[in-house]
Amino acid sequence: MRTTTNTARRGPLAALLALALAATGCTGAGEVAETDGPDLSVSPGVTDDAVVIGTHQPLTGPAAAGYMSISRGAAAVFDHVNEQGGIHGRLIDYRVEDDGYDPARTIDVTRELVIEDEIFAMFGGLGTPTHGGVIDYLNDEGVPDVFPASGALAWNNTEEHPLTYGWQVDYTKEAKIQGQYIVENFPGQDVGYLFQNDDVGEDSQEGLDQYLTDEVVTRQHYESEVTDLSAQVAELKRSGAEVVVCSCIPAFVALAMLEAASTGYDPQWVVSSIGGDTATLQGLLSAFTEDTDAEGVPADTFLDGMLITSYMPRVEDPDDEWAAFFIDLYEEYGEGDPMTNTHIFGMTQAVMFAQVLMSAGPELDRQALVDALEEQEWQGPGSVPFSSSGGDHGGHQGAYVVQYREGGAVEMIQGPRVTDRDGGPIEEVDFTPLSPQELVFHD
Amino acid sequence: MSTSATEREPRTAGGPARRRVDLPSPLRHLLLAALALAAVAGLLLVTGDLTALRLAAVGYTMLAVAGLQLLVGGSGQVSLGHGAFMMIGAYTMALLVLRLPMLPLAGNLVAVVAVATVAGVAVGAATARLHGPYLAGATLILAVGLPGLTHRYHEVLGGSNGLTVRTAGAPPFLQGLVSGSEWKALVVWTAVVLGLAVLATVSTGRLGRRMRAVRDDETAAAMSGIPVGATKVTAFVVASAAGGLAGGLQVYVLGTATPSMFTLSLSLTLLAALVLGGIGSMWGALWAALAVVYLEIWLSDAVRAFELGKDVENNLPIVLFGVLLILVLRFQPLGLHGILQRLRALLRRAR
Repeated sequence: MRTTTNTARRGPLAALLALALAATGCTGAGEVAETDGPDLSVSPGVTDDAVVIGTHQPLTGPAAAGYMSISRGAAAVFDHVNEQGGIHGRLIDYRVEDDGYDPARTIDVTRELVIEDEIFAMFGGLGTPTHGGVIDYLNDEGVPDVFPASGALAWNNTEEHPLTYGWQVDYTKEAKIQGQYIVENFPGQDVGYLFQNDDVGEDSQEGLDQYLTDEVVTRQHYESEVTDLSAQVAELKRSGAEVVVCSCIPAFVALAMLEAASTGYDPQWVVSSIGGDTATLQGLLSAFTEDTDAEGVPADTFLDGMLITSYMPRVEDPDDEWAAFFIDLYEEYGEGDPMTNTHIFGMTQAVMFAQVLMSAGPELDRQALVDALEEQEWQGPGSVPFSSSGGDHGGHQGAYVVQYREGGAVEMIQGPRVTDRDGGPIEEVDFTPLSPQELVFHD
Repeated sequence: MSTSATEREPRTAGGPARRRVDLPSPLRHLLLAALALAAVAGLLLVTGDLTALRLAAVGYTMLAVAGLQLLVGGSGQVSLGHGAFMMIGAYTMALLVLRLPMLPLAGNLVAVVAVATVAGVAVGAATARLHGPYLAGATLILAVGLPGLTHRYHEVLGGSNGLTVRTAGAPPFLQGLVSGSEWKALVVWTAVVLGLAVLATVSTGRLGRRMRAVRDDETAAAMSGIPVGATKVTAFVVASAAGGLAGGLQVYVLGTATPSMFTLSLSLTLLAALVLGGIGSMWGALWAALAVVYLEIWLSDAVRAFELGKDVENNLPIVLFGVLLILVLRFQPLGLHGILQRLRALLRRAR
C-alpha cells in the first residue's frame, strides 16, 4: 500500500528529473545558440526627471584603496551636472555597487543592478577579471556597457560585444608609443621590462616588442598577490638595464622604485598610465617607507625624472583648463580627499558619458544612446582622439608623454600620438579638446 | 561485523532519528532529492532572475559543505584545503567548455567528478597517515599553493584573470518558459540533490558507519576489523568529488573561474560555515550555504541602510561571522541545526 503511493508520488517528479537531464544531455554545453540581438527600443531606468545608471567598483577589500577615487570623481561630476539641471531635464542617478574586485561578486551585483535597480546603462565597470565576467550578460540583456575601466583589448570587439564601448587607451597602443619613444630618445640603451603577469603584461609586451628588440635585456614579471619585488629588481639591476618599462599598477611601481633605491639602482623609469598617478604614488611611497630606513625621505625623490604615458588631463598640471576645472569641481562636490589622477579618470569618464546622454536627445531609449555613441564627435576632455564608432570601440586612440619633476610638476615632452593595436604606424596628431565652457554636457 | 558500537547512532552523526525500514536507503534519498528539487523549482517559479542566481549559489555551496561534512563530521579528518578541490572542479569545467564545446553538460560534470576523484585519491593517499593538525597542515598547502598554478601555467589557465566561459542556456523548447538563470539554477540543483543523495547514502550506509567508528576511536575500529587507512582515504575521495562537482557547477553558473575565487579564505569559510550550520548533519550544510551566500548580502545592505561607512561595511561580515561562530561553539556546539533540533524536541514535548 505504502509502496504504491510512494511510486505514484515519485512518478511525475522522476519524469521532471529525467526531462531536465535529457535536455541538458543532448546539446554541447559550450555551444551557445545564436539569437537575434536584444531589443534596444526600451528605456528602463529612464523617467521624465531621472535616468538610473549603475557601475561595479571595488569599494572594499585590497583594491579599494587604489580605485575608490574613480567612482568618487564620477559622482562629483554627476552632482555638478544635476546641480545645473541635469540632462534634458533628467537628473543622473548614479548607483555604485561594491564588488570588492571579486569576479563572483561582480556577477551578483551586476544582476542586482540590471534586475532590481533596472539601470539604463552600465557605466565604467572596473577591472579586467571582474568586468570580463559580466560583459556577455550585459550584451545578452541589451544593457549598453559604456566605458569599462580597464585597458583590456577585449572591450573592443564589436562582433561579439556590440554594446560594449571601451574607453581607456588599450595596453598595446600605449606600449607601442612607449617603445617608439624609448628607441628614439634612448638609442642603444639596454631596456628591462617589469610587468604584471596578466593581460596588462601580455598586451604591453606585444606593443613594446614592435619597437624594442635587441635592446631588451630582461623581462621580469610580478603577480598582483605577491608584494615582494626584490628578485625582479635584483635581476633588472644585474642585467644592466638602463631603462625600465613598468607596466604595473601604482602599488607595484612604488614597490619597484623603493626596492631599486634601496639597492642603489637608478634606471630611467617609464611607467604606463595605469601606474603613473604621481599623487597616488606619493601616498603609497610614504606609507611604504614608514618604519624603514627610508622614513622621512620625501616621496618625490623617488619619482623625479619618471616618464609617464598619459591620455587625460593631469592633476599635476593646473594650468590645463580641464585639470583646473576638475580640481575646482572636486573641491565643491568631492569628499574632501586629496585629488589624484585617479579621480580625474572617473571625472573624464563621467563628463564624456554626460556628453553622450546630451547627444542622445530628449527621447531617450537604449537605441538612442547607442546611436549617439556611434555618431559622437569627441572633443575632450581626454587629450587624444577618441573612437566609439564604425566597428572600432577602442576608446582613446593614443597617448602623450610627460616627465615628472621633483616638486610636483609635469612637463609634456612628446605631444599626443595615435596608433592602432596591431602593426600600424604611430602618427602625430594635432588635437585640442574643447574647453569646459564650450563642451556641452549638461542643460 | 561487530559494528554494534556504532549501530546506535549518536545524534551528532546525522541521519533521521527514526529509521524508516520500508525503503532501501538509496531509494529513500533519491525520493528526498526529488522532493527537494521540486521545492527549488517551485521557489524558482515565484522568484526572479537574481534569486535564481543566488539559489544556484546556495546549491553548489551546500554540496561543497556537505562533502566537507562527510569528511569532518563523518570521518573526523579536518581539511583546510576543500576550496582547492572546488578550484580543480571549476578549472576542469572551464577548460572542458573552452576546449571541447561540443561535450554535453552531463558529460562535463561526470568528467569534473572524475578529475576531482583522481585528485582526491592522490592527495588522500598521501595524507591518510596524517591526522589532526598534521592533516590540516598538509591540506592547507593545497589551498595556498594551488591558485599559484594558474600563474605558472599562464597560457592554459589564464593567470590572475582566469578563464571566462559561456555556457548554453535553456534548451530551445523551454525558451520563454524559463529564463537562462532559472534554467541554470534548476540544472545546478538537479546535480546538487543527486550529489547529496549519494552523500547521504554513503553516510548512512556501511561506509558511513565505518567512518564514524574510525572517527571515534581508530584503534578500536582497527581491532573490529575495519580497514582504517582505506576508510579514511575513501572519505577524503568522496569529499573531494563533492567539492569538485560544486566548483564545476559554480563555473557553469558564473561563467568565470579566477584564482581569487579559490583562495585559502574560501576553504576556511567553508569549514567555519560547516561548524556554524551544524557539523553532524546534512541539514547543517543547508544552513551553512544559506549563511555563506546571504549573510554578506544582507549585512552590506544593512550597513548601507544605516550609513555606517565603508570601514564598517568592509569588516562587519567577517566580524559578525566570527562572533556568531564563537557563540554557536560556546552555547550550541551542534550549530544551527542543533538549535533547530532542540526547538523541535521542545515543541514535541509541549504537544
